[in-house]
Amino acid sequence: MQEFILIFRHQDGQKIASPEQMQVWMKQTMDWIGSIAAQNKFVSGTGLPFGDAKVVGHNNVVTNGPFGDIKETIGGFIIVKADSVDEAVEFAKGSPVLQGEGNTVEVRKIAKNDGIHK
Amino acid sequence: MMQQQQLIPHLFRTEFRKITAVLCKFLGIEHINIAEDIAGETFLSALEIWPYKGMPANPTAWLYAVAKNKAINHIKRRQLFSGKIVPQLKQSSPQQEEIEIDLSEKNSTDSQLQMLFAICHPAIPVESQIALALRILCGFGIEEIANAFLSNKETINKRLLRAKEKLRNINMAVEFPAHEEINKRLETVLTTLYLLFNEGYYSESTDSVLREDFCLEAMRLTNLLIENETTGLPPVNALLALMCFHASRFAARKNESGEIILYHDQDETLWDQGLIAKGVYFLQQASQGNKISTYHLEASIAYWHTIKTDTKEKWEAILQLYNQLLQIQYSPIAALNRTYALSKANGKHEAIMEAEKLKLTDNPYYHSLLGELYPGIDNIKAIFHLQTAITLAKSHADKVVLTKRMNKLKD
Repeated sequence: MQEFILIFRHQDGQKIASPEQMQVWMKQTMDWIGSIAAQNKFVSGTGLPFGDAKVVGHNNVVTNGPFGDIKETIGGFIIVKADSVDEAVEFAKGSPVLQGEGNTVEVRKIAKNDGIHK
Repeated sequence: MMQQQQLIPHLFRTEFRKITAVLCKFLGIEHINIAEDIAGETFLSALEIWPYKGMPANPTAWLYAVAKNKAINHIKRRQLFSGKIVPQLKQSSPQQEEIEIDLSEKNSTDSQLQMLFAICHPAIPVESQIALALRILCGFGIEEIANAFLSNKETINKRLLRAKEKLRNINMAVEFPAHEEINKRLETVLTTLYLLFNEGYYSESTDSVLREDFCLEAMRLTNLLIENETTGLPPVNALLALMCFHASRFAARKNESGEIILYHDQDETLWDQGLIAKGVYFLQQASQGNKISTYHLEASIAYWHTIKTDTKEKWEAILQLYNQLLQIQYSPIAALNRTYALSKANGKHEAIMEAEKLKLTDNPYYHSLLGELYPGIDNIKAIFHLQTAITLAKSHADKVVLTKRMNKLKD
């Protein structure tokens, strides 16, 4: 069993959703994660709030927010157990993040403890 | 005669652990085997003597007196042959005739709680801790423990032997753990009490549908932890709340012939409102602090089940609690219950799709769940799953309930 991280990338993190819309997304996200956890495939995860977000650049230049020049932002991630990358991709397909046009879920293998990397 | 046959096992459950705990504290934990043997021999004496001489007026006092005598005789014998224990004891009580073994309520309570912590020492594997606590503090038989662990007698015996050897090697005093250790040590203690309660509530190990005694004993021990200043922490309150909510359905859970009545068929006027109120109280007590334990989540789920009326709000709340619970701690039964809540909150079609992802085809409750979800969508599949559930079910009571459900569908 390998571990994969699913990284939620939002096209435009500054877009403000209505509280009702937020509530719908929250339920969908919780149900999606609950479904993975019910298959005993959930490891950990968290949302990444935009408040207090900083970017530290070359020469230690600090800017506010992850936005700056790029519009795309990371809204959170979860780590799952999966037999293969294909299974991890199947999990990712269920993510409510993908309802937003331009949003993506990046699937990456966790190197630690995979028996190949150190 | 019948009365005695029922009384002795009952006394065994309630008194064996008191005698063992007090003697363990008195003799020192390295003599845990002797404490257990003396407690065991005390009950053997009762089995031998009571049928001929009649039951004593106060059976508990009789047991305590016999246990005390056996303990004192043991100390005297040891003194004669090895002199290992008595020199130590003599420091505190110069004359052995004055040896006082305190079986008062207060000392037996303290001894039991301290023994619970001694047994739940980090150096002992968790499984062994649980087996040891079930044996020493709850008077479970080896076979019952084996059933609770879905293991066999040999494995449990070996596990107990190794655990006792560890206890002897650590050789700690029977006392409450230091303040900074409490949380960690408490975790195992709570697991043990939770397992004890479930053993009584679900009781797959024997054919008796409900072993209310076990549940009540688990609740009593949990309550002792709450009443103690050092151990009365939020997760303990949450666990007792959970137990209260479950126990409130004792009377409604089975019919006159001892068959299990499913939740939605239960007569809610039989639910014990006093216990429900107690559960709410302990759940409120548990909400101090900011750490959510699995007991908080399970108690909250159990709270929602004390409201019989199906509402969207109820099932949505239960679904989200299961979503949270599974992220902290996976278990097949939580996964199946989550899927049931999903069917109530989001509809049967979604729930069937989710159920089939669980890969729990060896689990009777998986098939029982699909037998609940398929009717009205695909009755043939529903009957197939109920039939499979009947084949896989471990207890007679479960088979009876499932057969009834299947026959209803066939009509």
